[in-house]
Amino acid sequence: MASVEFRAVTKTFGNFTAVDQIDLSIGDGEFVCLLGPSGCGKTTSLRMIAGLETPTSGQILIGGTDVTGLHPKDRQISMVFQDYALYPHMNLADNIAYPLKVRGEPVGKRHARAREVADVLKIGDLLNRLPSQISGGQQQRTSLARALVYPSRVYLFDEPLSNLDAKLRLEARGFLNHLQRDMGMTAIYVTHDQAEAMALATRIAVMDRGRIVQFAAPIEIYRRPATTFVANFVGNPPMNLVPVEAVADRDTLVLRAEGLTMQGMPLSAGMREALAKSRTLTLGVRPEHLTVASGAEGNSIAGKLFANENMGPESLVTLERDDGSRVTARIFTDEHVDAGEVVRLGFSSDHVTFFDGEGSRIPQDGEAPL
Amino acid sequence: MKLSGTQFLSRIGFSALAAVLGALFALPLIWFLFAPFNARAELGLAIPNPFTLSNFTTVFGNSLAIHALLNSLVEGIGGVIVIGVAATLAAYALSRSTIPGKQAATYVLLLFSSVVSGSAAMVPIFLIISALGLIDTQAAVILVFSGGLLPTAMFILRDFIDGIPRSYEESAMVAGASPVQAFFDVALPVIRPGIVVVVVWAFVNIWGGFLIPFILLRSSDQMPASVAIYSFYSEAGTPIVTLLAAYSLLYSLPVIVLYLFVSWRFGFRFFGGIKA
Repeated sequence: MASVEFRAVTKTFGNFTAVDQIDLSIGDGEFVCLLGPSGCGKTTSLRMIAGLETPTSGQILIGGTDVTGLHPKDRQISMVFQDYALYPHMNLADNIAYPLKVRGEPVGKRHARAREVADVLKIGDLLNRLPSQISGGQQQRTSLARALVYPSRVYLFDEPLSNLDAKLRLEARGFLNHLQRDMGMTAIYVTHDQAEAMALATRIAVMDRGRIVQFAAPIEIYRRPATTFVANFVGNPPMNLVPVEAVADRDTLVLRAEGLTMQGMPLSAGMREALAKSRTLTLGVRPEHLTVASGAEGNSIAGKLFANENMGPESLVTLERDDGSRVTARIFTDEHVDAGEVVRLGFSSDHVTFFDGEGSRIPQDGEAPL
Repeated sequence: MKLSGTQFLSRIGFSALAAVLGALFALPLIWFLFAPFNARAELGLAIPNPFTLSNFTTVFGNSLAIHALLNSLVEGIGGVIVIGVAATLAAYALSRSTIPGKQAATYVLLLFSSVVSGSAAMVPIFLIISALGLIDTQAAVILVFSGGLLPTAMFILRDFIDGIPRSYEESAMVAGASPVQAFFDVALPVIRPGIVVVVVWAFVNIWGGFLIPFILLRSSDQMPASVAIYSFYSEAGTPIVTLLAAYSLLYSLPVIVLYLFVSWRFGFRFFGGIKA
């Protein structure tokens, strides 16, 4: 196992900048997810670690040594591809043992090792089949077996679960989590699925347009999203973002927005700084921090009921505000919501996050580390 | 289902037309199967009575014609090896590399290839081959056919390789394979069905080619079957139908066998990328 480091790495394709001056330091034994929408540069970053793309500028280090110009075969890494890349003309045993074959292991030894790994992944009885003769989940495990069959310094995953159906995906996700705990491997995992990233990562690097927006532990990404982009990308459903007009009344912060009732809050130093630049802020509240409010007391936001989706133990209640924007709450299903009427969703001021005019989170006074 | 009167009539009309067209195409083939076994075969269709192999006995007596089949085989196999190897390597490079202008290069080659093996370039080709001192050698025929067929072969194969995910070779290289190992272990076996298609196509083209060997080969013992077939014409230029029919059947057999073999062994199928 080894650490991985990006030093001012940029990759351009013609006029398009896929990765823009990225600095990233991944410790030995960490499981880091690169999370972002398609085209954010996460797959390109991964492929540069693998050596399948060469950075336009900057350096990549594995285990402290510069590998920027090194061929993939000399990097001692393994990678699981999104399409699995199983060789259609080889049976599973030969597919799994291929990395050992190129390392010159004799056939008996490498097939024994392939069987060992295949047994762990519960595909031991399929070793004589061709990839086309097994299911998608089995193909996924075969490609994982091929990555695990030889000692590797870094394990790379390029959306390995995106071709599986929902149930298999959960199962495979749990297995990957177990594997990481078991082996303590350094893993870098690309995904656009925030739930996958939250579940697997020790740290998540959220990427947007070739840059890393936030690199932190999942809980911090979730509770203290650095920007409105992160807030809107992480969480299902994502954080509600409401534009508000803020006025400082001596040491109290007063907020105004359509349908919003909110008590004055003590003004923090960070808030003063933000207000000096822009009076339009964004108020963020997670859906699970909203409840159906009975009266107009306390903090609440009002709107017409737009949708009420029953998910079993909980329901997603969506309001449409007068300006057409929507706010979603995740509530217990046994709470009653009447259709057609104006609904108020209440929240505690402990659970709100503010973003300044540029969309960056405004820190609170004396914020404790998570 | 009940048909109206006009629908019924148009059905009948269509079927009748199809039957006539079918017969037009079938008749020469039936002649082609019957005439070789008929000692008195003429251009008209007749069921052999009695079935005889005497035509074949005479044809096998013509050592020039039988040797010509061997020459055809030498040209076909030689050409196929050159085209198969060169087209595979070139198409792979064109598909996987990022050379600027590779698209244009392929199309220009494709455009000129029809000229190269066509009659328009016969004089320059003759002069070039003559300057190389290769007139009257099988090597000359193989080289000219290869030059003419290669661009199309490359084009077909490049298209085929473009359809194969790069992740095959990429995963091999990440796993520790050199680019050459990745090509032979992973890419080549996946490309093989495409190569088979190109090889069969090239072989059939060379096997049936007349003009190039006719011009580049001088001595009669170098002639391939497509040229030697003229030895079954009388001095006056009229075909000896019985022998011509028997030789034509012999001449067609290798191509038929090749198709059957390839279809049995490879089934002209393609491996695509596998996905769940």
